[in-house]
Amino acid sequence: MELTRMTAAELSAALAAREVSATEVTRAHLDRIAAVDDRVHAFLHVAANSALAAAADVDARRAEGEPLGPLAGVPVAVKDLFATVGMPTTCGSRILEGWHPPYESTITRRLRQAGAVIVGKTNMDEFAMGSSTENSAFGPSRNPWDLDKIPGGSSGGSSAAVAAFEAPLAIGTDTGGSIRQPASVCGIVGTKPTYGGSSRYGVVAFASSLDTPGPFGRTVLDAALLHEAMSGYDPCDSTSIDAPVPQVVAAAREADVGGMRIGVVTELSGEGYQPGVLARFAEAVEMLESLGAKVTEVSCPHFRYALPAYYLIAPSECSSNLARFDAMRYGLRVGDDGTRDAEEVMALTREAGFGAEVKRRIILGTYALSSGYYDAYYGKAQQVRTLIIRDFDAAFGQVDVLVSPATPTTAFGIGERADDPMAMYLADLCTIPSDLAGNAAISVPCGLAAEDGLPVGLQVMAPALADDRLYRVAAAAEAAFTDRWGGPLLARAKGL
Amino acid sequence: MSITRDEVAHLARLARIALPDAELDHLAPQLDQIITAVAQVQEVAAEGIPPTSHATGLTNVFRDDVPVPCLGTDAALDQAPAVEQQRFRVPRILGEE
Repeated sequence: MELTRMTAAELSAALAAREVSATEVTRAHLDRIAAVDDRVHAFLHVAANSALAAAADVDARRAEGEPLGPLAGVPVAVKDLFATVGMPTTCGSRILEGWHPPYESTITRRLRQAGAVIVGKTNMDEFAMGSSTENSAFGPSRNPWDLDKIPGGSSGGSSAAVAAFEAPLAIGTDTGGSIRQPASVCGIVGTKPTYGGSSRYGVVAFASSLDTPGPFGRTVLDAALLHEAMSGYDPCDSTSIDAPVPQVVAAAREADVGGMRIGVVTELSGEGYQPGVLARFAEAVEMLESLGAKVTEVSCPHFRYALPAYYLIAPSECSSNLARFDAMRYGLRVGDDGTRDAEEVMALTREAGFGAEVKRRIILGTYALSSGYYDAYYGKAQQVRTLIIRDFDAAFGQVDVLVSPATPTTAFGIGERADDPMAMYLADLCTIPSDLAGNAAISVPCGLAAEDGLPVGLQVMAPALADDRLYRVAAAAEAAFTDRWGGPLLARAKGL
Repeated sequence: MSITRDEVAHLARLARIALPDAELDHLAPQLDQIITAVAQVQEVAAEGIPPTSHATGLTNVFRDDVPVPCLGTDAALDQAPAVEQQRFRVPRILGEE
């Protein structure tokens, strides 16, 4: 079998059985990147040399008989906001172009220690602000299903890399949907773990109370393997939860929804949703019911205020977090000609170094936090956040998981919403509630929309630290759908 | 109108972004539209509802103080825009007088 078509679980088994070496697996993926990435543009940096060195190290350790974990020798693509020593970390921004971080993020350190092979850094909307990668200063990535469509965002380089078979696994971050939305529109699996379940140390901050690193894979089991390897308590992250990692791999293998109570969220459907998305979602719900789940409808009345609350909270936090880009100790510096003072240089650098969306959000956040407006905007949004958490608490008193479409529409065209911020923001309509509540959610493919033939994602949401339920439900749906389709959905992608 | 062009110009100054006029013309109406949309949160009856700043409920997190080597001068200055005498060189921060 072609190495790049194998899942991470299959590669892991073949590597452990020494049927293939990590070097061969890595070379195959680097060759694939060389062959297709001029069209997909999933990567901002391909780390060929260090990937081959890491692979050779895994091969040597395996030859010595050292016991190795399941990801040893498996390639992983990394969103370009995880600090990685020896590779640039740009966040898709001119202000960090060419920046080499002096320290390593906890998650990439853990992955490297587990023997995972980092093949490169993936494209993203600048500082993770966007739903299409069009806000990257280095040009958009493209959807492997149709190269004229967006791959989602902000972690769109990661989703495109996995969907284009450039890597079996990738990591991204989800602040308002930046893992689940790109996974959904690329026809792959993506998880936002429970907030605090995966470390933010060394992850360039956008909105610190929301940013959650998580996995992408082409199958639910692959996502679970990466989820388990990257997660766990980190004393370097003050919001890390000191609790065992939920048993997501075991849950993905069990794939049983018999007797589970599943709630369909009333507020996450209807007007503004593409008919083909709603049709596939309805089929997915029927499928889960036929597999033995008990399905009911559940109302979460405050979810309709999630989007406006998010677009106050996230920009407020971003306006504070991005104040660190001051042109003094690292990154871009513009206009330092000896006549200007530090403040002028700072303002010229931030004007030149940030793209339009980042500036919009910094200014919006500055507004929402300014005295006189704080109570009416930021303060009110924080209260809405409490009400959304209460909606979830009430819902999870009745059901084990909630389901909805992952996105209101399938992938839209590149350029279609680029200068219409409100239209772009709607892409995160279904994903934002879980970010505000800090609970866990996954997107798993549930078919192609009839009108455009593009992938639709089923979102499953679970209470905080019950991430295993996501994998149980998603794996059950995946198995049943794969059976019905006669193979994985991605086999039908025609973009490449 | 929820926000004027002058207010946006003021906020940009506060955020240390030297927005040129053309960009301000483009950004101000967009921000007006966004602020009108997000103002929907004000419809919600939230009297007596406590605010949530983050979802974990963690407060005052401590860890053991473990001494580790710090970045050396070379590593710390490696990414600096300008360096002088093993220090960060920055534009002047005080006026002439």
